Amino acid sequence: MIAYNTAIVLLGTSLLGASAGLVGSYAVLRGRSLLGDALAHAALPGLCLAFLLVGERSLPAMLAGALVSGVVGVAVITVLRRYTRIKEDAAIGIVLSVFFGAGVALSGWIQRQTTTGSKAGLDTFILGRTAGMIRQDLYLIAAVSLVSLLMVLLLYKEFKLVSFDVGFAGAQGWPALKLDLLMMVLLAVTVVIGLPAVGVVLMAAMLILPAAAARFWTDRLSAMLALSALFGLVAGAVGTSISANRGNMPAGPVIVLSGTVVFLISVLFAARRGGLARLLRRIRFRRRLGEQMLLELLYELAEPQRQGQSFSVDDVAAAARWDVRQARRLLDSAARRGLVETQGEGQYRLSAKGASRAAEVARGSRLWTLFLLENAQLAGAFEELDVESADEVLPPQVIADLEAKLKAAGRLPARWRSDTAGGTP
Amino acid sequence: MNWPDLSPEASMAAWTILVGAVSNAACALIGCYLVLRRLSLLGDAISHAILPGIVLAFLLTGQISSLPMLLGAMAVGMLTTFLTHSLHDFGQVPEDASMGAVFTSLFALGVILVTNFVSSVHLDADCVLYGDIVNASLDTVPLGAWEVPRVLGILTISLAGAAAFVTLFWKELKIVSFDPQLATSMGLTAGLVHYLLMGVVAGVTVASFEAVGSILVVAMLIVPAATAHLLTDRLVWMIGWAVAVGVIASVLGYLSAAWLNTSVAGMMAVAAGAQFGLAVLLAPRHGLVSKMAHQLALTLRIAGEDLVARLYRLEERQAQPYPQPLPPAPDSVAAPLVRWLAMLRLRWRGEVQARFNGEHQLTDKGRRTAQSLVRSHRLWESFLGEHFQLPLDHLHEPAERVEHFIGPDLQERLATQLDRPGVDPHGKQIPPEG
Repeated sequence: MIAYNTAIVLLGTSLLGASAGLVGSYAVLRGRSLLGDALAHAALPGLCLAFLLVGERSLPAMLAGALVSGVVGVAVITVLRRYTRIKEDAAIGIVLSVFFGAGVALSGWIQRQTTTGSKAGLDTFILGRTAGMIRQDLYLIAAVSLVSLLMVLLLYKEFKLVSFDVGFAGAQGWPALKLDLLMMVLLAVTVVIGLPAVGVVLMAAMLILPAAAARFWTDRLSAMLALSALFGLVAGAVGTSISANRGNMPAGPVIVLSGTVVFLISVLFAARRGGLARLLRRIRFRRRLGEQMLLELLYELAEPQRQGQSFSVDDVAAAARWDVRQARRLLDSAARRGLVETQGEGQYRLSAKGASRAAEVARGSRLWTLFLLENAQLAGAFEELDVESADEVLPPQVIADLEAKLKAAGRLPARWRSDTAGGTP
Repeated sequence: MNWPDLSPEASMAAWTILVGAVSNAACALIGCYLVLRRLSLLGDAISHAILPGIVLAFLLTGQISSLPMLLGAMAVGMLTTFLTHSLHDFGQVPEDASMGAVFTSLFALGVILVTNFVSSVHLDADCVLYGDIVNASLDTVPLGAWEVPRVLGILTISLAGAAAFVTLFWKELKIVSFDPQLATSMGLTAGLVHYLLMGVVAGVTVASFEAVGSILVVAMLIVPAATAHLLTDRLVWMIGWAVAVGVIASVLGYLSAAWLNTSVAGMMAVAAGAQFGLAVLLAPRHGLVSKMAHQLALTLRIAGEDLVARLYRLEERQAQPYPQPLPPAPDSVAAPLVRWLAMLRLRWRGEVQARFNGEHQLTDKGRRTAQSLVRSHRLWESFLGEHFQLPLDHLHEPAERVEHFIGPDLQERLATQLDRPGVDPHGKQIPPEG
């Protein structure tokens, strides 16, 4: 049984993480992740001004102030980009740093004004603090999360269209600008309610990390949204637990680092795009390529006699201009897969199974070579030229035509059938 | 700490301002290339990402600003650039998101290192975020007869290094900044220059870190350079302006912070931002005010020309100079306010005289202007009629727009091309040259 307070904080940050993950997916896809960063930094002076106006630490008032100055910051970026020669990146950097500087100066000034020594709790907004979260804060977070979720569910198709092709959405008659603005508003509100827990400096990470991690696992928007929300939830929950149990840890960085761990796991182990999957694919590809090269070579060496001769490693290496170690490695690997049989000391020959595949490989290679010789301009049109894919890629008439030509030249590898070949000497 | 002939307080202020000025100058100098190459956010990312490196180096050496740390930071800067690019390439994560993922993660790591493993007056979370320029200026080493802030040494080295880098690679940086494709096609190793630049950015950032902290150093990198970008189109001048803006920001920032008793780094960012705001409004060619003034001048010139041409046509119809009431405003002569302003301008230029009864009359000067304009108009109509076989009622509108931009040169060419016609396709007389 966990304590009531802990439960509130845990629930709050988890919800926060989930809704940041959800909204962040759109921000990342729409190229707005760093605009979220600027928004968070630009919120600081608003927080301070609201504190000055209200005169006490009232969370709703300060968040409203934060929202206003954040939105002003985004508006300034838009104006700079549209009406001056300042480009978007510089505009974001300028707003981010100048607003933040103004916020720092303001909070320093407030600190020295109030003789009570209460730092107005303004420092907690910079790196975030979860311990102070109360039931009302949780209600606020829950309400915002619920609204975001509803919006994302109801406007799924519209948001999808706008985030991938805003021009097309407009041309289709959708109110693209309004939808885009709505996405911006969701982003701004999410950033602002995240400030007390995660802080202005690192709030952007909560938008970016879960979404970027989810992007590694899937190409589908719906799956990405779900995963990203899940990742955000996990980061929020794990980060809060760690931060709550260690006294000296500001919540923001810990939550963000939990997100980083999720992100790193995704980068390394994601099913198709992850580093490990990439490495495995590369190894498999190289093995297949080496095997095909070897089979084709053995076929060509044996072709004049049309029967299963055996060759030494040195023969193979010399014919292919490989070094001997590479030749032995390829031969051993093929032998393990039953494509090649050893005969006596260091002699290899194609097995029945190997001979069949070798003929296929040689045929495919010759078909492709001839085809590309005749149609060099098409070389770029094929994404992957696998010597065993000719039958799947080229139309049957073309294959027949090419085979006829090869046959005329006496270079068409016979389709190996188990009863005719096998190569007994 | 004894600036000659100054009280201790003033001497400290002078040293603090000098520290701020040198770090601002170094940042502004290198920031110009970030702004021009649209890499401002990479600068932002690097300044955050070097934090864990700084903390580790501090744990090892016990100092914040040192030469090894400068070199280490340069490596981290290049690493950040590399990580950002490779995440973008492999993961199909948009470039800005991959940058955001890298630098926020590293920054979070740095903050956790600071809060957990460092307990020192020289480095804490506040210092990481906002710098501590006052304390940094108090920490002095003797140099000859003077007590010089220790941090000034590393800052001077970083400024000199940045200046040397810019001078040595002047041509390469210029080509890479303005035309990356050309740079690649010329065989310039654009990649190498890019990584070197990022390394220098990281070095300058680390050197300035103690003075302004890791977030506000971005203001020092980007804001002066962006301000300078609004003020000039020449690279040399841009760098000069940027450095000047940075130095002014450090002076104003320190003074205002002392006055308000608040954070120096924050006020330096605000001072830089204020100068940027002024430049956005008032820059000679790229400022909003000057752009609006240009637009207004053009609008008034065109409206004024339309007005004198209208008066000229009325005179033509009357076959003799005669005071004419201004015709009711047709759409082509703009809004009433613009028309009124344009008329004011014409009278000031002496092209139109007002009669006591509120009517207007062309002066000789105005008549010459109008004559040339109507000549352009009718020549263009003739040209369109002759070469494009447009129907008669399609000639007026294009001519109405183009007439304002046909100078004497083009008039002459049109006339020659058309064998000096006497009348336009509507049968109206083309006025002779003025």
